[in-house]
Amino acid sequence: MRADLIALLPELMLATLAMAVLLAGLASGKARHGLLGAGAVLALAATGVTLWLAAGATDPGAHFFSGMFVLDHFAIFFKALFLLTAALVVLLSHDYLKRNDYRPGEYLALVMFATVGMMTMASGVNLAVIYVGLELMALSTYILAGYFRREVKSHEAAAKYFVLGAMSSGILLYGLSLIYGATGTLDLATLARVLASAKPGPSALVGVALLACGFLFKVAAVPFHVWTPDVYEGAPTPITAFMSVGPKAAAFAMFLRVFIGGLAPLAASWIWLVGVAAALTMIWGNVAALTQDNVKRMLAYSSIAHAGYALVGLVAGGPAGVNSVLFYMLVYTVTNIGAFGFVILLESRGYAGETVADYAGLARRHPAAAFGMLLFMLSLGGIPPTAGFMGKLYLFAAAVNAGYVWLVVVAVLMSAVSLYYYLRIVLQMYLREGDGAEPATLVAAPWTERVIWACGVAVLVIGLLPAPFLAAARAMAGAVGLL
Amino acid sequence: MTVPISHFVTFAAVLFAIGAAGVLLRRSGISILLGIELMLNAANLALVAFGRQHGQLDAQVFVFFVMAVAAAEVAVGLALLVAIFRKQRSIDVDRLNVMRW
Repeated sequence: MRADLIALLPELMLATLAMAVLLAGLASGKARHGLLGAGAVLALAATGVTLWLAAGATDPGAHFFSGMFVLDHFAIFFKALFLLTAALVVLLSHDYLKRNDYRPGEYLALVMFATVGMMTMASGVNLAVIYVGLELMALSTYILAGYFRREVKSHEAAAKYFVLGAMSSGILLYGLSLIYGATGTLDLATLARVLASAKPGPSALVGVALLACGFLFKVAAVPFHVWTPDVYEGAPTPITAFMSVGPKAAAFAMFLRVFIGGLAPLAASWIWLVGVAAALTMIWGNVAALTQDNVKRMLAYSSIAHAGYALVGLVAGGPAGVNSVLFYMLVYTVTNIGAFGFVILLESRGYAGETVADYAGLARRHPAAAFGMLLFMLSLGGIPPTAGFMGKLYLFAAAVNAGYVWLVVVAVLMSAVSLYYYLRIVLQMYLREGDGAEPATLVAAPWTERVIWACGVAVLVIGLLPAPFLAAARAMAGAVGLL
Repeated sequence: MTVPISHFVTFAAVLFAIGAAGVLLRRSGISILLGIELMLNAANLALVAFGRQHGQLDAQVFVFFVMAVAAAEVAVGLALLVAIFRKQRSIDVDRLNVMRW
């Protein structure tokens, strides 16, 4: 019992502190942005320390709460990534919330609750635990998407996200119930044993297909991606940054754990489904991004495309595939948060300042910030010496070694297509002059700038010295497939 | 006389299809929420039936969690609808069309 609680301590602590932030927000009113933001960042840091201590005090191979919960290296990697994401998003939100005059208390608490949900998803080895974590994350994110309640766009984003998200949860749950009916277990390790020993009936296969649909929705893969552009465009920008990395990484953690862990014996039945979805996702995400003039919408399609690349790693499977997905999630997190940080800086008039034309001539007026954006765009496009190149290299290498050459061909071709729209922004910043009477400028937002700096440095460091990060991902990935 | 498992499974499947059709076809926000509830309850029914078939309590305990989640989901959904109604004086989802591809 004591060991159980130690393993769960990071989640318990973050949930408690999130409630404290919520109450403090109610008690202190509107004015305390700095205090509440600092409190949230400290809470996330304290949870990180607790995670480190809890990891040291427990056996990575052990199961807790009657085999429902683990704290293996895979879970620790993802939890650390989620805490980092949440902390960066809280820092990004500070200036943005102040500028738009919204209360920070509930907002910060919801970001922290979503993080608790994501951490639970990464640790769950029982379908019930994973489902509860998923819903905690999803419900918090629905509210956050609609947090700007004076904006029609924010409502619309939340409503679309809620309806489609709740429907996908229903599909996922129904698939889960069919799998339970066929095997009589919700535990992933037992599930793998049962499926390996007996030939599964049609109801198990339908269940796996429905589960795959639910998961593909959560990672925003084609054909379950239609919500993404609208939700990303309408949500408050820091929340868009959060949704594009946190919940997506959490969905991949759950995808890897359930499909490569529990459903491995059925790989022959689902791998083509995920492979085709990966190819379609890369093609449609990149092609649709070409036509976008709104930068948030373009980044939404780009995030769809990146989910496609990460799915390639999932299809490749094996330790190499899994650790390349982990490494890619880290790379994508720092890159995308940096890119959205820049969009936040530019958003000077509410929702204005988002179109590609607003970037014209920015390099002259703001050389440092424009250089940061250049780095992020190169990293998203996968150009050396940035982190994005290393991430794609390891993903594609894993897929080639696993024999999925056709998928890698699609991925490389589509990466080339993606350069067009990433470099379009760079072109606007460096080679065009702003022509409007009122050229867009960057607002003063010290914390947002610091986050961009940190992400820019991380993109370069991971791009130039990937070895330690890759070694970390490799050490962490060991546990997942081999429960 | 006991009801065979196939009856439960068929009933759950029909319920699930009705719920999904409600979400996809209805225009009113409230009807969509009802559809989502039907889908979740179809899954709950299937879980309970399968749990009885396997002679385990796991699934029934899980159903309690799903019910709690569903209640939270409805709370969030209704809050969103109220916010939308205040702004637009309507909960017709067809009117949520500011953003188009």
